[in-house]
Amino acid sequence: MSSLTLNSPHRKRNTYTWLYFLLPSIAIMMLFFIYPILLTFFYSFTNLALTGESARELKFIGLDNYTRMFQDPAVRISIWNTLIFLFGSAVIGQQVLGFLIALLMKHKNKLFRRVVGTIVLAGWVTPEIVSALCLYSFFGDNGTLNAIITSFGLPEVTWLFTVPMLTIILANIWNGTAFSMLIFQAALDDVPSEIEEAAVVDGASRWQILTRIILPYIKDSITTNMMLVTLQTLGVFGLIYAMTGGGPGTSTTTLPIFMYNQAFINYQLGYGTAISLLLLLIGIVLSLFYIRSMK
Amino acid sequence: MNTKQRKLIFHFLPHTVLVLIAISFLLPLLWVLVASVDLSAMQSLKIPENLTLGNYIDVIASSENQRAFLIGLVMSLGQAVLVVILGLLAAYPLSRYQLKYKKPFMLTILFMTSLPITAVMVPVYQLFLSLKLYDNIAGVILFYVASSLPYGIWMLKNFMDSVPGDLEEAAWVDGASVFVAMRKIVAPLMVPGICTVAIFTFSGSWGNFFVPYILLQSPEKFPAALKLYQFFGQYGMVDYGKLAAFSVLYAIPSVVMYILSQRFMSKGFGLQGGTKG
Repeated sequence: MSSLTLNSPHRKRNTYTWLYFLLPSIAIMMLFFIYPILLTFFYSFTNLALTGESARELKFIGLDNYTRMFQDPAVRISIWNTLIFLFGSAVIGQQVLGFLIALLMKHKNKLFRRVVGTIVLAGWVTPEIVSALCLYSFFGDNGTLNAIITSFGLPEVTWLFTVPMLTIILANIWNGTAFSMLIFQAALDDVPSEIEEAAVVDGASRWQILTRIILPYIKDSITTNMMLVTLQTLGVFGLIYAMTGGGPGTSTTTLPIFMYNQAFINYQLGYGTAISLLLLLIGIVLSLFYIRSMK
Repeated sequence: MNTKQRKLIFHFLPHTVLVLIAISFLLPLLWVLVASVDLSAMQSLKIPENLTLGNYIDVIASSENQRAFLIGLVMSLGQAVLVVILGLLAAYPLSRYQLKYKKPFMLTILFMTSLPITAVMVPVYQLFLSLKLYDNIAGVILFYVASSLPYGIWMLKNFMDSVPGDLEEAAWVDGASVFVAMRKIVAPLMVPGICTVAIFTFSGSWGNFFVPYILLQSPEKFPAALKLYQFFGQYGMVDYGKLAAFSVLYAIPSVVMYILSQRFMSKGFGLQGGTKG
């Protein structure tokens, strides 16, 4: 708390000064952030479209967008794709791999840590469109991965067509793992080494030390990191869009891609908004968990 | 397996795993770096036959590309400056006064930092059409500012809490106004915090693709991120060398920002704020 006391002259004189300070920020956030969120709720009950008859006349269509959404098999596919993408790249990929890297790097040679850490960080620092490009060419038909495989005498694989979901999952892992690595490195540094040493003296195995001491100790970091990484991954658009465009077919169409296609390719803004609301609700639930974990 | 073998395995296994991970992370990145200086770059990583800076020179010489980089810089810098100014103003009462609704306000701010902005882009597009801000660079900056203000306010408030209030009181006694005290006393003591927020805002906006992609239409208004995507679609299959050179040039500001941020970042900092998707 600041040391300003209630009887400080300035505080008395400027009882409402704080309003002037806060007003510009509140106004701009209201207009460009909160208002669009409220609009999301509103538009999702309308037939809003960019072209055609409904473009001229905005009508309330009740829950039609929602009934359509729950009947639309394409929505089910997108939700399923989103879950696979979230689980594969956020939970398993970034979270577990980030933890593994942080754990293995502990107590290693300083230069070795620096080199490995910098390489992993480079993927994180790279902007998403560049990441998409690097991974696109890596998995491309004439790309680096196929060049490596054929040099071992194995047949080429059309990665982006045969296993498109795997390629975007790996791309997101490449682009995001460093964040988890940094969080877990900091968390692991906080585990007191005396506890670990005591456990070793008592004859605990490496596995026991990991599951009984380290993991419970860094529980809070795991929860918070999980929320942040999941939220981040939920909103991924550019990486997928530039690599596969949601295809082939609908095999990599996650909710953001599906929302984009409905709103801007099919011009069904109302329907697109209903889908963004779904995305938003998932985000809100995760954010609430995140805030709880911060307290 | 005896103890000795076991020890050996536990010594070499982690190193091997880490080296393998590092190689798989390195390969895609190596391609973009090597291809950018290769006259006859291909889709796969190969040793360049003719080293050249031609790709870079071609990319830099194009006035279209120069404009895209300039627009990107203006957008990201403009956003960073506005977020810092507005954020400092908002953080001041939140840090210094005992406001009635401070706690719920700060929780709302924290909540907003973690919402995925991808989810609000369709209504924002609609809003921009009705406000006649669509295809307007200033409009994009305003939206960026709004979407990163929660993070900025949250961080700056926390940084401001650590600046003692006595110094300001002394300035007030000497006749300085609240604004002057803030500008001359509080802000200079918060330079690391201000830099952190500015750097994060800048790189977030520099790397963002979705927001300008939705809100801008005319190719002559495209920032570097969109230009690169356009380039990818138009010449991607033909001219890997130039594409790679463009990518490297475009990634440089992000790398520089990251290196700068290392000077201000403290340990475990990442969990204090949210991320944007």
